[in-house]
Amino acid sequence: MNAFVAKDELPQSVPATNSDVLLRVDNVSLAFGGVKAITDISFDILKGEIRAIIGPNGAGKTSMLNVINGFYHPQEGTITWRGSVRSKMRPYEAASQGIARTFQNVALFKGMTTLDNIMSGRSLKMHRNFFWQLLWRGPAEREEIEHRRKVEDIIDFLEIQAIRKTPVGRLPYGLQKRVELGRALAMEPELLLLDEPMAGMNLEEKEDMSRFILDVNQEFGTTIALIEHDMGVVMDLSDRVVVLDYGRKIADGSPEDVQKSQAVIDAYLGVSH
Amino acid sequence: MTGMADTASSGGDTFPKILLHNAKVFEDRTAVREKDLGIWQSWTWSEALDEIRVFSLGLKELGLKPHDKVAIVGANRPRLYWSMVAAQAIGAVPVPVYADSVAEEMAYVLGHAEVRFAIVEDQEQVDKLLSMDEAVPTLERVIYDEPRGLRDYDHTKLHGFTDVQDIGRGLLASDPGLSSAWEAGFSEANGSDLAVMLYTSGTTGRPKGVMLSFDNLIISARNANAFDGLNETEEVLAYLPMAWIGDHVFSLAQAFTAGYCVNCPENLDTVDVDRLEIAPTYFFAPPRVFEMLLTRIMVRMEDAGRIKRKMFDYFMGVARRAGEKILNGEQVPLSDKILYTIGEFLVYAPLKNRMGLTRLKVGYTAGEAIGPEIFQFFRSLGLNLKQLYGQTEASVYITLQPDGEIFGDTVGKPAPSVELKIADTGEVLYRSPGVFVGYYKNDEATRSTKTEEGWVHTGDAGIIAENGHLKIIDRAKDVGKLTDGALFAPKYIENKLKFFPNIKEAVAFGHERDRVCVFINIDLTAVGSWAERNNVNYASYQELAAHPDVYRMIESHVDQVNRDLSKEPMMAGSQIHRFLILHKELDADDGELTRTQKVRRSFIAERYGPLIEALYDGSTSKHIRTEVTFEDGRTGAIEAVVEIRDLAPHAATGKIQEAAE
Repeated sequence: MNAFVAKDELPQSVPATNSDVLLRVDNVSLAFGGVKAITDISFDILKGEIRAIIGPNGAGKTSMLNVINGFYHPQEGTITWRGSVRSKMRPYEAASQGIARTFQNVALFKGMTTLDNIMSGRSLKMHRNFFWQLLWRGPAEREEIEHRRKVEDIIDFLEIQAIRKTPVGRLPYGLQKRVELGRALAMEPELLLLDEPMAGMNLEEKEDMSRFILDVNQEFGTTIALIEHDMGVVMDLSDRVVVLDYGRKIADGSPEDVQKSQAVIDAYLGVSH
Repeated sequence: MTGMADTASSGGDTFPKILLHNAKVFEDRTAVREKDLGIWQSWTWSEALDEIRVFSLGLKELGLKPHDKVAIVGANRPRLYWSMVAAQAIGAVPVPVYADSVAEEMAYVLGHAEVRFAIVEDQEQVDKLLSMDEAVPTLERVIYDEPRGLRDYDHTKLHGFTDVQDIGRGLLASDPGLSSAWEAGFSEANGSDLAVMLYTSGTTGRPKGVMLSFDNLIISARNANAFDGLNETEEVLAYLPMAWIGDHVFSLAQAFTAGYCVNCPENLDTVDVDRLEIAPTYFFAPPRVFEMLLTRIMVRMEDAGRIKRKMFDYFMGVARRAGEKILNGEQVPLSDKILYTIGEFLVYAPLKNRMGLTRLKVGYTAGEAIGPEIFQFFRSLGLNLKQLYGQTEASVYITLQPDGEIFGDTVGKPAPSVELKIADTGEVLYRSPGVFVGYYKNDEATRSTKTEEGWVHTGDAGIIAENGHLKIIDRAKDVGKLTDGALFAPKYIENKLKFFPNIKEAVAFGHERDRVCVFINIDLTAVGSWAERNNVNYASYQELAAHPDVYRMIESHVDQVNRDLSKEPMMAGSQIHRFLILHKELDADDGELTRTQKVRRSFIAERYGPLIEALYDGSTSKHIRTEVTFEDGRTGAIEAVVEIRDLAPHAATGKIQEAAE
């Protein structure tokens, strides 16, 4: 009867103890033919933090994200996920292990409604097989209702009730980004990778999105790694920042430290290499 | 307790007493609904009583005392309505505040009202209130409905709504007598006690706190219910700001006195869908909502197939001819009656269904003038849409249009028990049981508004027509004169302009000047749709507003208004000579509109001073830079070069034409 989700129904927030390393990247290098996208990069992501990955265009940020979620396989180096070294992994395996992501350019099913798009994020959590789904009545139906409830929680969370039944292709860009975040959240991920969540947004949309990212982090305890160009946003949101330039790591630390780093200033203002 | 039951059986003279009565009489009838997680949740009257009782006990335990002021901030939610009655049960006075007002505006109201408690919707409002420590030193406790994002906040003065209810529930469990003690606590209260304080939106100067007693609200509500035959079977949609007297009366006072069900939408953006699902039987909306409904239908019909469009056009013709007469119970030819019945089946019923007005018993509009063709459109579909004229100071009702006596240009006859008179200055005065107690901490304003005999100055200029209906011309202080002595009624001109779907807002200037000039805001929905159909590309409001084709279109509208004005002897002198389309939409966040979306004339005149100058110095374009405020209080600037167009006025033809006819 409550007008909102009771606290205990939400996924429990995990207290972030600093010793908890969720994901560690060790000496990773990635090359496409002769082009070195990433060279010998190491950093870690702690449980419960918001970790920003920044750098000028072409610095290898998106490649790094693609390595983390298993889309690219690095030629060198290791990735340690929840304490165990990860072997070659395909994106859907990463997804089923609790890594979800959004994309720089929105990658939704344009013809489907907001609701269906977010529901699709639950597909890995559906347990009834094709034949049960075909039979529909009974367990499959109950499961669907349960998933729908979770999706409605997310719709409520992101305040997108008004576009529940709207095909996403008809939505403005800012809202599509929000739907994409919703779909990633539907997977109840442990690590959420956000590739430029604010790209192309106006100030008000950016503020809304920042609020949602903070709320996701606080309410669900989701660890977040985000790539972003808006420095104000990065400095306000993130706990720690790693800076890449030309595929190399040039700085790593708190937003204040990173801001002061000469290497970072050079990278952004441009010095000859 | 027996005495208690007596007052309850007659309904009671305060809302807590009426609540007890309703919980007994309407027990399992639905009192409130709210859509949550996509599903309508409902509470019966007896459940509502339980919720209110435990919350009220919790408030008392937290230290709320009689005569304390309690701010209510947020969108329409059952819990916020309950909070008001829960506070009243203790003898405290709720002060609903506009939820979208910026922190500074809100701080003034809360500081002036000296609120001790605030009950708010969510984190956004909590943040706002916590930032007001200095401006509102009296504020001790903040209670929130939606806990999201508030988990890590310092909870020394912050409480969750359910936590407060839990306190009350705990007390109730340990002391079974507490419930009757709680009821006895408000059995002493009576109708003359202060029920609520509503701050007027402040078209001029700082907002004033209008104090209304239980009698004001309850007697007015009962009169209104009787006037339109409203009872416990009605369904209303609560979607207008809670701080506005209209919502307070429709969603609380009338709901309590009639016992009908109040439906709270999922959020403000879903109102259209929610209305469709609920299909309210009693519906109030400002003219702009009806305008928007009509615009949307027209836009969709443009995209409809040829057969559908033909059918729509044909049957709308029938409706125009016969619909209103049928609604008024007048005689129409049998053929029209038959065609109208077929039309009802093919066109009108589906249309009404799309708008969620299928079950509408009576609908009202007020606040601004409604376009005659818009008004007629809805009435011709068989919807009993009427106009009323009201004020916060009157507990809404001053005049109402009775069934069957609907005239587009009047706002109706005096409501039950309302006396009306026109002062020598042309100002409308009224006296009624709904007349407010006074302005809070502002005796001077009270004295200048309310005479010793209880007559209240409305500030509106009007005339009473021969049929006894009131006709409002303009704000009394806004009616001015051009330098040549011609009458200048800005709102009259602006409303004529706003009746064009492409024009959203207009501001006319002319008082003590040699001619009339106007600012225009285009309607992004209507003009945007036009642009799409005509392959006009634009990236922003600003770009669309400056488009030459848009200017041409607006110019033709202005010319049409001039032609209309030229036919009215009184108004022919105030035809529009020059106009410009503003580079930004007028916005309440920038202080250009009031929270109820009325134009703040003097503020705009000051803000756009250079543009007004340009209107009168003959230049054809002007560069302007405008500061804008975003929702969070940050500021930015918009720059543009605004084009100014001239128009040739039409010759005054009023008299001549009359002779010809």
